[in-house]
Amino acid sequence: MIVVAIALVVLLLPLILPSSFYYRVLALVFINALAVVGLNLLMGFAGQVSLGHAGFFGIGAYSVALGPTYLGIPSWAALIGGTMLSALIAFVVGRPILKLKGYYLAVATLGMGLLISMVFTNEAGVTGGPNGMPVPRLQLFGWRVFGSQTWYWISGISLIIGAWVAVNLIASPTGRAFRAIHDSETAARVLGIDVARYKLLAFVLSAIYAAVAGSYFSLFDGFVTPNTASFLLSIEFVVMAVLGGLGSILGSVVGAAILVMLPQVLTVFHDYEHIVLGLILIVFLIFLPSGIVPAIATRFGRRTT
Amino acid sequence: MAEFLQFTFSGLTVGAIYALVALGFTLIYNASDVINFAQGEFVMLGGMVTVFAAAAGIPLPLAALLAIAVAVTVGMLLHRLAIEPARGATAVTLIIITIGASILLRGLAATFFDKNFHSLPPLIRSEPWMVGGAALLPQSVVVLIGTAVIVAALWSFLTRTMTGKAMLATASNRLAARLVGINTSAIVGLSFMVSAAIGAIGGILAAPITLTNYDVGTLLALKAFAAAMLGGMGNPLGAVAGGLLLGLLEAFGAGYLSSQYKDAIAFIVILFVLFVRPQGLFGKIGVERV
Repeated sequence: MIVVAIALVVLLLPLILPSSFYYRVLALVFINALAVVGLNLLMGFAGQVSLGHAGFFGIGAYSVALGPTYLGIPSWAALIGGTMLSALIAFVVGRPILKLKGYYLAVATLGMGLLISMVFTNEAGVTGGPNGMPVPRLQLFGWRVFGSQTWYWISGISLIIGAWVAVNLIASPTGRAFRAIHDSETAARVLGIDVARYKLLAFVLSAIYAAVAGSYFSLFDGFVTPNTASFLLSIEFVVMAVLGGLGSILGSVVGAAILVMLPQVLTVFHDYEHIVLGLILIVFLIFLPSGIVPAIATRFGRRTT
Repeated sequence: MAEFLQFTFSGLTVGAIYALVALGFTLIYNASDVINFAQGEFVMLGGMVTVFAAAAGIPLPLAALLAIAVAVTVGMLLHRLAIEPARGATAVTLIIITIGASILLRGLAATFFDKNFHSLPPLIRSEPWMVGGAALLPQSVVVLIGTAVIVAALWSFLTRTMTGKAMLATASNRLAARLVGINTSAIVGLSFMVSAAIGAIGGILAAPITLTNYDVGTLLALKAFAAAMLGGMGNPLGAVAGGLLLGLLEAFGAGYLSSQYKDAIAFIVILFVLFVRPQGLFGKIGVERV
């Protein structure tokens, strides 16, 4: 149902898009949404906060820059490698980190994200430091992949697949275990759920989503900077997830769409851009505290995932 | 030895500012369970309003008072207009609201003031004293004494006055506090105002050393949040200890190991502490009620 809705949007939007600028913005929406869908699995369903998810996004983003440049491996292999590295780091770091709860978990993930971004900033000899480095274009079967329209389709279809996987996962016993942990860890443990294992699974999955999104982002942009791993981006992902609605896959897409498109719209306000952005965040969350999509769903008396 | 002293001085100075911001976090958290990510913006307001009021010809002490008043007003408005209407929302929603407020305040500061770095004249004098071969800035001493005074004042406020005790009561059990006739909503509002004042004072004291600009709050809030967690969330003395410890860690990390990775060193220690003591250094272990 939700996947169909997202698919329809991706397929039908090009009918009304007037210029390649719009393709570019929407490709960015899809890429961000992919990362946020993953984060939503962790935060909205398993109930674990992460303030360091841009770290995984950054690993994905830099892998497709560093792999082809220094190791000579093709971009798609670097993308897979970066994703596996992200998953591995999430797996290794996740076990001790996820023992922490609430704000302690928030600060630990924040620290993890900061450490990753610091490596990209400080190892200037390899990564170009704060100035970043160029990313070689993706080559698939001798075809150079670039341009806003191409990336619109790649990121759009990936988002559909990502959302489909997420929706199915949530409906599975694993998803029910996630939600049980969210409601009460103790109760979940009493029911015989291996809490540590499922939390770790959610963490690793969300890291995979973030890394793939990160790789897409820097391949699309053709350039990568430490901003891809910054604390502010981590916060942006969390804001997208909460604004759209935690525990709603459609909400993640809506949240990403709003936060990516809003600055484009707000450029008409020039210097007042941040003032308006801050105000919109506050007003939206005061009136729709559970997020946009869940609030609309309750208004129409339906529950969605 | 001189080196060691030097790092200690600079670490304690920065740590004192972290401690003040962390203390602000703790006060609001205790009263309302909200982590106020706009806490760093109070520090920014303290410094920036003082700078611009002084530039407009207002004598420095008055400018500082004005800055504190502005920060307190902003703290009150933040509670009244953004936190209070969203009562009942989840903690994470409330946090995002404070992040929105932080973006808003930064935008306002960039528009009404400017985006440049500013400094304030130091309170006593600018030439450092030489202590054991290390340079000690008089302003560092001012920052440390100021922090100590604030902590002491807050302590006696919380333990000696009726309002302070109401604040402690609200922190330990909101429902029980309401049952004995405490206006908990007013107490939460008060905690925002006190936190704002503490942050603003920190910003004014630190401006001569660390400079101030519209964006200074972001990183401070981040570090102070980490410091508060290091000390154990909800424990005011833990917040102060965590702040000072984080400042020292950064200074020694930068001095002895690598200045590029000073934040990394601090966070590695924090991660390590949390692995050993998941409730922070001075925090209590919570029990999950099913």
